[in-house]
Amino acid sequence: MRSRLLPTVGAAALTAALALSGCAANESGPDPSSTPSDTSGDSTAESPQTDPTDDGGAAVSLSGTLNGGGASSQGPAQEAWRAGFSGLNPGVTVNYDPTGSGDGRKAFSEGGLAFAGSDSAFGPDEIAAGGFGSCADGSGLIEVPVYISPIAVGFNLPGVDSLNLDAATVASIFTGQITAWNDPAIVEQNDGTDLPDLAITAVHRADSSGTTANFTDYLDQASGGVWTEGSVEDWPDSLQGEAAESTSGVAETIVGTEGAIGYLDASRAAGAMGTAAIKVGENYVSYSPAAAAAAVGGSTFQSDRSAGDVVVDIDRTIDSGEVYPLILISYLIGCETYADPSQGALVKGYLEYVASPEGQAEAAANAGSAPITGDPNVEPKVAAAIASIQ
Amino acid sequence: MAPGGSLRGGNKNGERAGDRAARSIATAAGATILVALAGVGIFLLARGLPALRAGEGDLPDGATNFWQLAGPLAFGSIWAAALALLFAVPVAVAVALFITMYAPRRFAGPLGAIVDLLAAIPSVVYGLWGLMVFAPLTAGLYGWLGDRVGWFPLFAGKTSATGRTILTAALVLAIMVLPIIASVCREVFIQTPTLSVEAALALGATRWEMIRMAVFPFARSGIVSGAMLGLGRALGETMAVAMVLSPTPFLMTFRLLNSTNPNTIAASIAQNFPEAYGMEVNALIGLGLLLFAITFAVNYLARRVVARAHPGG
Repeated sequence: MRSRLLPTVGAAALTAALALSGCAANESGPDPSSTPSDTSGDSTAESPQTDPTDDGGAAVSLSGTLNGGGASSQGPAQEAWRAGFSGLNPGVTVNYDPTGSGDGRKAFSEGGLAFAGSDSAFGPDEIAAGGFGSCADGSGLIEVPVYISPIAVGFNLPGVDSLNLDAATVASIFTGQITAWNDPAIVEQNDGTDLPDLAITAVHRADSSGTTANFTDYLDQASGGVWTEGSVEDWPDSLQGEAAESTSGVAETIVGTEGAIGYLDASRAAGAMGTAAIKVGENYVSYSPAAAAAAVGGSTFQSDRSAGDVVVDIDRTIDSGEVYPLILISYLIGCETYADPSQGALVKGYLEYVASPEGQAEAAANAGSAPITGDPNVEPKVAAAIASIQ
Repeated sequence: MAPGGSLRGGNKNGERAGDRAARSIATAAGATILVALAGVGIFLLARGLPALRAGEGDLPDGATNFWQLAGPLAFGSIWAAALALLFAVPVAVAVALFITMYAPRRFAGPLGAIVDLLAAIPSVVYGLWGLMVFAPLTAGLYGWLGDRVGWFPLFAGKTSATGRTILTAALVLAIMVLPIIASVCREVFIQTPTLSVEAALALGATRWEMIRMAVFPFARSGIVSGAMLGLGRALGETMAVAMVLSPTPFLMTFRLLNSTNPNTIAASIAQNFPEAYGMEVNALIGLGLLLFAITFAVNYLARRVVARAHPGG
């Protein structure tokens, strides 16, 4: 009789185990807030010193630990930057925790991180309210667009590698108004392509995502009113369609389903599926790093911000040239003036590297991003913003 | 006398020390479980309660109150887990019967070990397999079902072309909970009193009649508690569901074959936590509290069922 009690005891243990693991996962978010004191302690002890033997570009050799985190879109690029920067500055350890943009902004506000990566910048009123943990009293913020990545519209149609689609057609597909691949709206833009009578499965992100925010922003600006849901991080509930978890989930779902279409970071679509060329003016433009960078160069900067707060208003309706306006811009966010000057020096050194030609080339090689260097509109503003960090 | 006495005294002392150590270790282990459980409960209450009181504007996705957010997710969790049990319990019972009653002894041991091995596969691997292999496989079957029996309410609506439906998620969950149910059943079936088995066979019962007359009545509570253990795992499963299912927020439907499915609590927490801040974090922890309560209720029910079948233990 005794042994039959075992299952119930096991059940209680299982409950506890499940609950425990859930707890651990939940607590990992706020945890970084415990690190800043260690960090500042470290770097005060080994504050930046001039090293006369240093014959590199930088006159100052840095040491200490720099903690950052946020946007997962920057994850692969941050890996490349950290490796490259540590190679140049062996005394510095840079950490980047890709927990998500919202989490990164929150941890930076609370002072847990020295810098944050985020797919959306802080609003001017949030900056005016101040109270950022790592910054000196009254300091503003530095926000620089250092990671620009094209978003591809990828699809799975056997034998078709590229399609021409305008924004209104893409919007109609994702709102469910166009349901078959041989719909006249698609056929008339693709002379000579044999489009099957196959149902369209439109795949969107199940989790909230900067990719969704930028894709819906593109549809909102460029679809001429077909898209009515605005620019949102979470896919609108009212729209039907297939949802998949994370970029990898979207990619796998498209690859596994004939007739599927979805939006995802271009580096993940390359070679795995067909991609759409989107209509810009009278031409159809395929994604490329150069065309994505041109979209930033052709955009304006938000004017209600300080000189170091370089936030781009992406113009998705640019109508000429080899421009791909369906892009994601991810920012690095730091303080104008750090409460701990040694942290300021570290952040400044790191961001200088990130924005440098080498740093941008590393990210392009590792993450398929578009370099901001060489753009006369963007590069000087970013360089000036980083130079002002104290 | 003296040597014997000292020997006995030494033994006694040794037993006493061992007893004490065993008792304190066991007590500490028991207390640790309670403390951990209480700690988790307090954390969930403290961080989750603000969301239960929050109104429109504070909650994510424009929900007007917590229950509007939580209701469909709780429904999705229970619906997916119930479907999983529906598939898993008959198969698990059959597997356990085969191992204990039908299989030649040489196969029984290895087969049991193989079933247990299923439990050792990480859920993220089940998720990958479900997403990349199983869902595309089922898509064809679902298309056929949707065309032929689309009039049946459960199969109504536009059939998913990807196979990433709640039915697929429930089937993956069923495979995941199968080993735990099967091994509990196996343990219980083995303990069927030999006298009852032999009596049934002596009365001229066939093997199947013997199982119905002697094994099942004896094992009923064991099967139920095994199923409840499986239900607990299915309710809490996160990664496999998050990867396989194509969810739609605020949706409650019994339909099995659509691209739009109710999400589960655990998968929703995993999907939304990384980008959550402010009240959304509280709302997600509140969802965790709700899942905790549901799991607790399930385990309590299982205990009741077992206790009723065997009053007084």
